[in-house]
Amino acid sequence: MTLTDLWVSFPLVVLVGGTLVLMIGVSIVRTHKLALGLTLLTLILSLAAHDIALDHIPEGGYELLGLLHVSGVQVFFNALFLLGAIVTALFAYPYFDARVERCEEFYILLLTATAGAMVVAAATHFASFVLGLEILSISLYALIAYPRQSHAPLEAAAKYLVLSAVASSAILMGMALIYVASGTMAFAEITLSPESGERSYFLLGQALICVGIAFKLSLVPFHMWTPDVYQGAPAVVTGYVATVSKGAVIALLITYVQATEVLSYDGVFYAVVFVAVASMIVGNLLALLQTNVKRLLAYSSIAHLGYLLIAVLVVNSARPELVLETILLYMAAYFIITLAAFGIVNLTSEHETEDNEKLEAYTGLFWRNPLLASILTVVALALAGIPLTIGFIAKFYVFAAGVEGTAWALIWALLIGSAIGVFYYLRLIYTMVKEVQPGATALPRIGNQSVVAVTVLGLLIVVLGVYPTPMIDMIRSIVQASGF
Amino acid sequence: MTILYLILFLLGAGLVACLVERTNANAPRWISLLAFIVATIWTGAIWLGGADPETGFYTTGELSWIPALGINVLLKVDGLSLVLVGLTNILGVIAVVSSWSEISVSRGFFQFNILWVMAGVVGVFCAYDLFLFFFFWEVMLIPMYFLIAIWGHEDRSYAAMKFFLFTQVSGLLMLVAIIALVWLNYENTGVITFSYDELLNVELSGTVASLLMLGFFIAFITKLPSVPVHTWLPDAHTQAPTAGSVILAGILLKTGGYGLIRFTVPLFEEASRDFAFVAMLLGVISILYGGYMAYSQSDFKRLVAYSSIAHMGFILVGVYAFNELGMQGAIVTMIAHGFSTAALFMMAGSLQERLHTREMSKMGGLWVKAPRMGAMTMFFVIASVGMPGLGNFIGEFLVLLGAFKVNVPLTVLATIGIVVAAVYGLSLMQRSFQGTPNAQVATMQDFGFRELSVYAIMIVALVWIGVYPQHVLDLAQPTLDALGIAL
Repeated sequence: MTLTDLWVSFPLVVLVGGTLVLMIGVSIVRTHKLALGLTLLTLILSLAAHDIALDHIPEGGYELLGLLHVSGVQVFFNALFLLGAIVTALFAYPYFDARVERCEEFYILLLTATAGAMVVAAATHFASFVLGLEILSISLYALIAYPRQSHAPLEAAAKYLVLSAVASSAILMGMALIYVASGTMAFAEITLSPESGERSYFLLGQALICVGIAFKLSLVPFHMWTPDVYQGAPAVVTGYVATVSKGAVIALLITYVQATEVLSYDGVFYAVVFVAVASMIVGNLLALLQTNVKRLLAYSSIAHLGYLLIAVLVVNSARPELVLETILLYMAAYFIITLAAFGIVNLTSEHETEDNEKLEAYTGLFWRNPLLASILTVVALALAGIPLTIGFIAKFYVFAAGVEGTAWALIWALLIGSAIGVFYYLRLIYTMVKEVQPGATALPRIGNQSVVAVTVLGLLIVVLGVYPTPMIDMIRSIVQASGF
Repeated sequence: MTILYLILFLLGAGLVACLVERTNANAPRWISLLAFIVATIWTGAIWLGGADPETGFYTTGELSWIPALGINVLLKVDGLSLVLVGLTNILGVIAVVSSWSEISVSRGFFQFNILWVMAGVVGVFCAYDLFLFFFFWEVMLIPMYFLIAIWGHEDRSYAAMKFFLFTQVSGLLMLVAIIALVWLNYENTGVITFSYDELLNVELSGTVASLLMLGFFIAFITKLPSVPVHTWLPDAHTQAPTAGSVILAGILLKTGGYGLIRFTVPLFEEASRDFAFVAMLLGVISILYGGYMAYSQSDFKRLVAYSSIAHMGFILVGVYAFNELGMQGAIVTMIAHGFSTAALFMMAGSLQERLHTREMSKMGGLWVKAPRMGAMTMFFVIASVGMPGLGNFIGEFLVLLGAFKVNVPLTVLATIGIVVAAVYGLSLMQRSFQGTPNAQVATMQDFGFRELSVYAIMIVALVWIGVYPQHVLDLAQPTLDALGIAL
């Protein structure tokens, strides 16, 4: 282990160190505020450590112990994870303070999940992939079930545990088969030599890994768990699951696709095209039927990952820089929008026993709480990809990547999906502008850091939607330095 | 930069109007009215300032926006843009006045939406960067959606959704076409740019050009609207509050016609020429179908809405006649129809406010009770029917003249549309203001100074265009010359 190794892994070390400190701290004094403070401190320090790490990462990235590959792209994803975790922690404080007796372990789990996500995002080897994925998933099971007195979170966690374990085992089996065929576990060395007699093992292995990844990204037809888990989990955790856990897998997918060139096999390619089209269409169609905001957002996220897959699919036909730029931009937009969406679900449900998730509960929100309603409107417009929001810039990039890759079938699916999408996003907006029903309870007056966090996210959606240049420039420089 | 400031001014006024409601519920409409008057005078000043003799632009503005993608805030005002910007601002004044006492809930947000719609429309008329154009194109949708969805009539949810869905989806087709065009240009030249002037030079093969042209064409005729993508219009117009209908019919539809003239035709000249017959046919079908449907309506507002489809058919015929007369006719029709239809929608709003109905069967003989309203309705019905001496006549006559050179049978059919217009126009008049007075209507308050002064503006405008159309023609002529197509 060289000194550079240490510097590059410094952010992860800080995060894990902070987790340990928090763990010991909690066992000595149980104070919710202190736990939150330590968590935020750890996350911010780890974010700062990335700045130091960046100085030691050479052009084209740095290979860490043969297990992880860290370049600007990974740093970008890590920054998204850490910011997502910070927002989640801020949302979680008032949410759990009012509901759960012992809240401190939530933050430990949040930190370990984030560490897992960082490992997955940087993985270049099956070993680090599995390790990271399991650290992430196991933390998530507990996070989802955290309000353990309630029925719904426990049910959601059980569902997620069983189905996620199946997906993990599919991935493990796939790895084993690929190891048989190619004799290696490092992504970069996985190839199928033409004379190899193990072709069927190899392709079956790739298929199983794709299934596992599709499950984690909740793509159709492996999406069944998503609405139930999104609905059952507390809104804070849902936001985290929707962003960080999916972002980590997307980061891995980029590395994996690029290193193994798995999409150059026709069978795999068309299977992924099918998954993408199905996600866009089915996700949006099922979202139409929802009367529960969390389930609606779940299906909407299925559709959004379908859109994102377009960029992944054109990796061989469009300029790779544009592909990577699209994915990074889309992820950033998706993080901001999704966190804001669940932040509002969380905020409007304060001091209630259940989350405020029924669509009719939002009736007249515009007149009851103009600030939150405006932000939710912005979120809905961003999800629909309407200009003035960052969602439009993201969708614009996907269109551009699709056109450059001449993937017309996928573009048609995107068009149809967006058209259906407009329908239910507008219905959400319309519900908010309807007259207040007589007898509707006034929302509690909320004056805490979560409102600030949601407002900042809402402003980011608009500001970066109107003037995306700083973000595009930053992403472009990252892409150029990564040597993708 | 003047034009950018004008847009920002309208946006800013919208914010102020929205915020000031807390202190004074009546202040927003005054702010909005004042803003549109200032904007109108401002536009007038730009006109008087004269065009740059070299470029032909009255004012231009350029600002770097997303350099990484070759996207800039590029705004230019030539004669055509200036006329339409002027129309936008005057209709802004009219829209605010027409809803002066109609709105009782959240007046600030109402004015905010009106101002933002209009700012978006001004942007559409001046954008010379295709990304910026699309941006404004979509931005004007959202406030319009709110106008219909919040302050609309009984069936507003359905109407607002339909309006948004049609425009948004057709807009996405245009977005794909824009990106494809930019990408083809990038393949040829190695430069990514969304600049209109650069993209005019892209060389396209036949099929590709046709496909991209269709992307633009569908988006614009959806907005115009033309058969078969017109179905959103009757619902949206009928359900919108008066100001919303005035804005929709008066100015939003014109963005479609403007788009055809500015983008579809010059960007894809060959493909458009090949497509001209189909487009003219669609126009003629719209004229006849719109007229037929208008006649069969019993709802005052719905009748006017269908008549809009018929009038917009003339624009399609004029533009695709591919000659100067046709184009000029289309432009004059856009302006004249803006005023005449705005007036009729305003009348529908006034009637609804007084009678709480739009059904013509519940009206009848209203002239006796409100002679001023009757006279006004008469004037604008006659104008929209195409009476010589008024603006609409000039526009439609020029269109027919232009089309006659190209395709006689279609022109004959379109001319029949004018006869149909007379039938539904006069039937509107008879059923509402003439005939036996309806016993259920006891008294009806006639127009006061506020309404009359607004109608006076529109009458002056229509007579001006009708008697001396040269001003409009002169303003639009350089634009047509500069389109770079052989007319």
